[in-house]
Order: sequence, then C-alpha cells, then structure tokens
Amino acid sequence: MSDFEPKIVAYCCNFCAFAAADLAGAMRVQYPPNVRIILLPCTGKVDAILLMKAFEDGADGVFVAGCMEGECHFVEGNLRAKKKVAYVKRLLEEVGTDPQRIEMFNLSSAMGGRFAEIVEEMTKRIKELGPVEVDGERGPEEK
Amino acid sequence: MIVADRKPMEEILNSIKDCDKIMLAGCGGCVTVCFSGGAKAVELLASQIKMARKKEGRSIKIIERTPERQCEYEFIDELAEDLESVDAVLSIACGVGVQAMNERHPDTITVPGLNTKFMGYPIEHGLWDERCAGCGDCVLEWTGGICPIARCAKKLLNGPCGGSSDGKCEVDKDVDCVWQLIYDRLKKLGKLDNLKVVRGPKDWRTSTNAGQRKAKFEEAML
Repeated sequence: MSDFEPKIVAYCCNFCAFAAADLAGAMRVQYPPNVRIILLPCTGKVDAILLMKAFEDGADGVFVAGCMEGECHFVEGNLRAKKKVAYVKRLLEEVGTDPQRIEMFNLSSAMGGRFAEIVEEMTKRIKELGPVEVDGERGPEEK
Repeated sequence: MIVADRKPMEEILNSIKDCDKIMLAGCGGCVTVCFSGGAKAVELLASQIKMARKKEGRSIKIIERTPERQCEYEFIDELAEDLESVDAVLSIACGVGVQAMNERHPDTITVPGLNTKFMGYPIEHGLWDERCAGCGDCVLEWTGGICPIARCAKKLLNGPCGGSSDGKCEVDKDVDCVWQLIYDRLKKLGKLDNLKVVRGPKDWRTSTNAGQRKAKFEEAML
C-alpha cells in the first residue's frame, strides 16, 4: 500500500483555513499534494450531503477546517460544522467506512504552518487506512 | 405531526438486497419536518446505500423522488412513469405513505425505510415528544390540556399512580409524571375540582381496539 496516494478533500473556511493555506503557500511551506481545497464562505455552509458526496465521488478522506471555536465570523458556523462532521462519522460507520476518514480542524488565518501539519496528519492517517474500498475487509483488531 | 425514525442501515440494505435499481421516495410532509424523510434525507440515504453497495462490488441505480405528500394519490401518481423501471421502492415516508404507494402502485413493491413512532411536536430543535395517541375520544378538556393517554405509561384516567416520585415517572427518571403536570396545571387554573370526578373505564372502541377506523366528511365527498 506504500504507493497509495489518497485523494483528500478539504472544505476550508474563507476567513481562516483558506487564508492559512494561502499563507502556507506564501511561506513556501511544503505539504503533501494529496489535498484538494474547496473554499467555503464559512464552514457553517458545509452540509452532510456535501461531505458524503465527496466520498461517493472517490475521496479517501475529507476534512473540514474552520475558525478557532468562539472566533467564527458568523458566530457559530464552525460549531455547526463540528456537529455535521460528527453526524457524517456516524453515517459512514453505518455503511462500513472508517469514521476516521473525516475530521474537523480549527485554526486561524495566521496558522500557515498548522495548515501544512493538518494536511500531513490527514494524509498519513488516510495512507495508513488505505483506499476507501478496503474498509471492512480487515478485522477491527488490525486497524 | 407524525414523527418517524430511520430504520437501522442493515435492515434497509437487507430489504433491497435483490434490487439493482430502486426508487428512493421521501415525503414532503411530516417526515421532512422531523428530518427523517425529506428531500435531504433522501439524498443522504441514497449516498449511503451507494457507498454500501460499492463495498459489496455491486452497483445500484437510485431514482430519488420526494413528492409533496406520499399519503395522497394525487401526489404519488406522478411517480408512475419512473416506477416502471425499478425493482422496488424504498419509502422513507411514514407507514401511511408506504401503504398508499403499495395500494396505488400495486405492480411495484414499496418497502419501508422508517419506523413510524408517534404524533408529537418538537420541544426543542431536533427533539420530538409524543403528545397524541389518537385514542378517538379526547380527554384534554378536563385534564388541563395535557394528555394522560399519550404521556402516561399506564394511560391512567385517575392518576397519578404510586410510581410517581418528585414529579417523575418510575418508568424513566427523565420523563415527567404527566399526572403531576396535570395536577399542577389544574391547580394553577383553579380547576382542581376536575380531579374529584372519578373517571370510569375508557371506551377503547374509539381507539384501535375495534378494528380499522374511518373518518368521513360528507361535504367533501365527490
């Protein structure tokens, strides 16, 4: 599985994660090219179906990156996103997909380095899990 | 409104295991409001089923439809054309919708994706409570507008029972004793005399005990 390059979709808030990704670029911070960033006006825009569709259309991992808790520009958009991510974890589990494939992260627009770390963390995690199709083929003790 | 919960995924997948193409039919009525069977729920469940099937290595085609109401012929007639090509319909309407589909479209089997639970309303966002048991002989007039049939585990007419403690029901400490609520409300309204009347046994023939019920409004009949 060492040559497996996962596809990871990142739903990023305009005010923090997207700006942080921009900053990471400006800082020339290196991070894995596995991530596909989708800009959202706020992570509160993310809907369960958006997250599910990413998996349905071939993503091996998905993450939502919003502002630090308490610092959402729309007051509680990131808290709503957190709930939706938790909900999608349950939906994935029901159909035998590892819920670790989706995660919510919080960061600020100044955290370009942290953005790169998150991408590395998720890429490593998904590489270990393998392609989305293999979930359920291994026993739980092997995971 | 009617409140329903989604059936366990395993049960749903099992009910459509022989199908290669299904219609997933939601309902724009009650179950849309309680999030279990509206257009959004249809989209999500379709996505889940497709993912589950992908893992099995078998694909499935899903036609997603959400009529205005699944419990009326005029709204489900419009599904007829699409029904010709499907092996089954998975309905995430209440039990009424599932039966309307089976009666109106007898050539296609419609299986339920929800467990229909009760009539109630949201007491907070995302949380529904049972309020009416449809007993056919409403008692709310003398109980201060609080229903002991739907909310008392024993459906007592002369409550509370000995299981009421600190205003809670012995069945579940998180559930209010409805007879405590009735007493408090009547006290507030100055109508405690209502409770001095001993109520005789309820005639359950108006409920489901005398077979299927019908309701008629002759002026509306064609």
